[in-house]
Amino acid sequence: MPRKRDRKDQMLAAAQYPIDWVEERSGLIGGLRYFLFRKVPRDSGWWHTLGSATLTAFLVQLGTGVILAMYYKPDPNSAYQSVQHITNDVTLGWLVRGMHRWGASVFIILIFFHMARVFLFGAYKYPRELNWIVGALLVPLALLEGFSGYLLPYDQTAYWATVVGININGTAPFLGPYLASFLRGGSEIGPETLARFYSIHMLLLPGAILGLIGLHLYLIVRLGVSSPPWSKEAAGREREEAPPVPGSGLVNPAPRGVTKRPD
Amino acid sequence: MEPQQGQGKPHLPPPSLWPIGFAIGIVCILVGLIVSWAAAAVGVVLTVVFGFLWVRDATSDYRRPDVVPVPAAGGPESTTEGAPAPPAATGEAGMAAPEPGERFPRSVFLEGATLGLGTVIAGIVTVPIVGFSIAPVFQHPHHDEIDLGPITNFKEGQFVVTTFLRDPSEGEISRRTAYIRNNGFTDNVPSFTVLSNRCAHLGCPVQPNGPIFDKQKVEQSTKTGDVSLIPTLPAGGFGCPCHGGQYDQEGNRTAGPPVRALDRYEFYIRNGNLALGKTYSVSHVDGAAASARIHKYRETGPGQHVDGPEQWFYPLQPPT
Repeated sequence: MPRKRDRKDQMLAAAQYPIDWVEERSGLIGGLRYFLFRKVPRDSGWWHTLGSATLTAFLVQLGTGVILAMYYKPDPNSAYQSVQHITNDVTLGWLVRGMHRWGASVFIILIFFHMARVFLFGAYKYPRELNWIVGALLVPLALLEGFSGYLLPYDQTAYWATVVGININGTAPFLGPYLASFLRGGSEIGPETLARFYSIHMLLLPGAILGLIGLHLYLIVRLGVSSPPWSKEAAGREREEAPPVPGSGLVNPAPRGVTKRPD
Repeated sequence: MEPQQGQGKPHLPPPSLWPIGFAIGIVCILVGLIVSWAAAAVGVVLTVVFGFLWVRDATSDYRRPDVVPVPAAGGPESTTEGAPAPPAATGEAGMAAPEPGERFPRSVFLEGATLGLGTVIAGIVTVPIVGFSIAPVFQHPHHDEIDLGPITNFKEGQFVVTTFLRDPSEGEISRRTAYIRNNGFTDNVPSFTVLSNRCAHLGCPVQPNGPIFDKQKVEQSTKTGDVSLIPTLPAGGFGCPCHGGQYDQEGNRTAGPPVRALDRYEFYIRNGNLALGKTYSVSHVDGAAASARIHKYRETGPGQHVDGPEQWFYPLQPPT
């Protein structure tokens, strides 16, 4: 039997080697463990999965969107035909388009469920206010994704819904007319509008959303998940009381009336 | 020793009702903007009062008289003098820590040069990119006159659903529709009513409320592309399928959400052909047909008032 044991150890070591190699040179594995194996409150439950569900919905949109972009043609004369081609001719194109189309609604719905959970649990309170603000910036970006994506099939519904949507923007006081003109790429809806919406939909907004999601996750990893309001455990853990050092940094400002350095 | 701000303990602001009053104030302002100025004024008062109370509440901790930490010995000055340099903050172990705040002229120059050059480069790159993306807002699109073919195609007193290319170089995407009625001659000058089909609410295409005689369709080839002419009898005026806006035969709003009458096209007679020029907006029309008095304004987007106090919301218009 010792022989078999040796074999197993050897195999394990062989599997371990590349991981160790990467870890030694990048620290990525440790970082991943730090990210994934965090401490969460004992009584966190299914409600706390809504954020991850939203992230998953966004990743599905990202994946299917990239594939759709391979077949889609953002030109008024061929946009509609290219969408029909995706739906009817390309292998499993109907599925990918359907996932993207319905996934968009799922994404928005999950965002609002996630938002409701955070609101009702009071998870937006100190020290997580910034994370709420980042999330509140993500909501309009996601809605704009929906608005800009709606034009792309370029059928009658898409066209007139966009006409109405842009004109609603145009009725905003003072800068509204300019905003509408910017969205149209001129004074009339035309080829420029479609190309513009396509670029906004697949480059500008996803980039901004990815950046803000990164910030959102950073803050969650840094601050931890909040326990539900019915939790018996005290919110937050006790910190070791370090002797305060006045004036040593931003988080520890010098008390009023005391200069930072002796004169 | 008193724990200081931001030191360890989470500082939870006490529960407060002021933000709710503040939010109600904002709602009052927004509703008041639509409903009445009095409600908006009440909203402003609510917002200011509750905003002030909220700010006062939230900053009460900071406005408390300064509690100078009482050190073990001596006055406040000895506190700072006696404070040891935080070892973790300096970081560079083994190096002789420079005096706090001491800077070297060369490093200051390099730092400034890096930041300054970086700003210049970022500016050089950003300005054209932003300009490129917002340029179309400020460009005057040039439209040639649209040739609709001989005026004999338009029977006197009958509306014709006329579709044409606004800009032949853009192709079918620029196809627009106008409802055109020949009003006959007044003092030997031909008169036409040329209504744009763009709803003055949010820009959907309005439809004639009455039969459209598809069988009498005329296809006319002109030097600005194909024109199609279909007679119609909009006995009930025009209606918008999107949100139910209704107009009479002169384009005056009769019901629904539109904020003004239908836009119109300027028209010309060129060698016996009807030609369309720019579009313009209309607040309302007095009278009818050839004797109509059209209250004409610069072309404005759908949903924007051209008269009344609401026009001051739209003081500037991008070129059209």
